[in-house]
Amino acid sequence: MVVLKGVKKSYGTGDGALEVLKGIDLDVKAGQYIAIMGPSGSGKSTLLHIIGCLDRPTSGTYHLGGLDVSQAAMDELAEIRNGKIGFVFQQFNLIARMPAWKNVELPLIYTAMPPPERKALATSMLRRVGLSHRYAHRPNELSGGEQQRVAIARALVNSPRLILADEPTGNLDSRSGADVISLFDELNAEGITIILITHDTGVAEKAHSIVTIRDGVFLRS
Amino acid sequence: MRTFEYAVQAWDSIAANKGRAALTMLGVIIGVCAVILLIAIGEGARKYIWKELGELGTNILIVVPGKTAKEGGMHMGTSTVRKLVFDDARILERRSRYVEHAVPVVIGTAYVKYYGKNRDTYVVGVTEPYFDIRNLGIDVGRKFTAEEIDAKRRVCVLGRTVKNSLFGDKNPLGTLLSLGDAKYRVIGVMAKKGVTLGFDIDDVVLIPTTAARDLFDTDSLFNITLKVASESDMENAKRDIIAIIKRRHAGKEDFTIMSQDEMLAVMGKILRVLTSVLAGIAAISLLVGGIGIMNVMLISVKERTREIGIRKAVGAKNSDILMQFLTESVVLSAVGGLGGIGLSMALAWLITLVWENIPITITWWSVAAAFLFSAFVGIFFGVYPAKKAAGADPIVALRYE
Ligand SMILES: Nc1ncnc2c1ncn2[C@@H]1O[C@H](COP(=O)(O)OP(=O)(O)OP(=O)(O)O)[C@@H](O)[C@H]1O
Ligand SMILES: [Mg+2]
Repeated sequence: MVVLKGVKKSYGTGDGALEVLKGIDLDVKAGQYIAIMGPSGSGKSTLLHIIGCLDRPTSGTYHLGGLDVSQAAMDELAEIRNGKIGFVFQQFNLIARMPAWKNVELPLIYTAMPPPERKALATSMLRRVGLSHRYAHRPNELSGGEQQRVAIARALVNSPRLILADEPTGNLDSRSGADVISLFDELNAEGITIILITHDTGVAEKAHSIVTIRDGVFLRS
Repeated sequence: MRTFEYAVQAWDSIAANKGRAALTMLGVIIGVCAVILLIAIGEGARKYIWKELGELGTNILIVVPGKTAKEGGMHMGTSTVRKLVFDDARILERRSRYVEHAVPVVIGTAYVKYYGKNRDTYVVGVTEPYFDIRNLGIDVGRKFTAEEIDAKRRVCVLGRTVKNSLFGDKNPLGTLLSLGDAKYRVIGVMAKKGVTLGFDIDDVVLIPTTAARDLFDTDSLFNITLKVASESDMENAKRDIIAIIKRRHAGKEDFTIMSQDEMLAVMGKILRVLTSVLAGIAAISLLVGGIGIMNVMLISVKERTREIGIRKAVGAKNSDILMQFLTESVVLSAVGGLGGIGLSMALAWLITLVWENIPITITWWSVAAAFLFSAFVGIFFGVYPAKKAAGADPIVALRYE
């Protein structure tokens, strides 16, 4: 499903260029659950952004579900982010002035779905993550764990086949972290592919396999 | 994403910052209001002049000596100009079937005396049809007759202002007063006409034009005032007049025909230019309002960098972000425009309430133009901030604190 070959990413050009990814090969099959670990600054987030089509590799190829994403135009990338990928961030990244259901609805407003259906779907996603009672709350009226579950509902609302999570439990206490991780387990059981970055070995152990990155290259795969 | 959706998103974020939005709109509100009000005042003044001059008679042509540059009002080559004389008027009336009356008008100023009281005033020599042509009514007494005119009788009709200043409440009919060196008998008093365009029409003494000729010892006329039978004959009448007088003036067109409509048109044009200049200045304030919108939108784009990153991360295209912010600035300016229209109407109502003789006419086209212009200002000044937002890199935007 996710196939990277010789992916490099550098920031800046010329002498001051900083090569963050130095040739990454990765092959994630559909339905797999992968954890990426590695020290701070090793390039984990950079890699996940490329997989999530938020960024493009400087060189190398990336195929997502058979499609060559490294060649795709900006608008195509936006459509892929919208329909095929759900992204979960360490900082939740919810829009503060919107109630929970509107945050969940957000990806749907960039589709052709009519508003009543969107609202119904957003509501059912909130139920799915156990937050139907927090439907109209704004992010600042929710606990960290609840905010992250809203973010997961948002990532799921377009029924993507791939979920990417960058330290989803990094800002949570162990209890709400465990809630989030069990949610990922459920999703993976439903056949959704999951790639997750974590510093927590306990979290990583839930995955099928763990890859470790150091200085822009995988240690073992 | 549909247009409606952009509007919903825009309204959402405006509603989240109501105070700021209101202050931003204020610039546009004031600009639109100023544009509409200034045009309304200009338009009102034009209508007012139209109405006032209309009360001085319709289907009137005035022949004056000298060739006047059209619309300029300058006399050119006065040395070769022939005077207009009494016979010109008589022949015009006789020869042209479109001319109903031709009144030879002589105007001068004279000292009017009645016992101790006196007054320096305009003395206008006219013939009897002049009263009807100019809508001059008679309050007391009568106007002079054709016989009196032919006989050069020294009779006069007083304007209301002259009558009041010389006679007060007394009945002046039949009394003799001095006009210059001669004695004139008062046979009538004009109905009050009032002040038109700053000129007191009641401050005159009307006498037979033949008598005026002797009084001022002149053969030349101030003008010939003609009444044309109907409006559709105006052009025909003009052609006749030119042909007839030209023949009498050795083939030279050394006179000018003015119609009231033309004078109105000229005045209307001057007012239009004046109004557009004022409206243009007001429109500058609208542009300043637009800069205000741009400023606030730039701040908003900066503040919402993270939101832009989030939207892009969940699938917004650059064009979606562009449209969202553009819609926001257009909504700001358009709502401001509507507010300005409302305010201008309220102010127009208030102004007419307080000063009832300030003419204000709000025209639908000025409202439409001001509104469209405000929307355009929203687009124009919204493009730059919206482009800035749309061009943001999603990763950089997501990391923004
Ligand atoms: N826009 C950028 N310009 C220049 N350097 C960057 C940029 N983004 C990231 N880097 C650098 O790339 C390297 C990898 O960053 P990245 O965020 O991928 O690390 P990470 O492995 O996710 O670390 P952490 O575990 O702390 O989140 C860092 O040294 C960082 O300074
Ligand atoms: Mg990271």
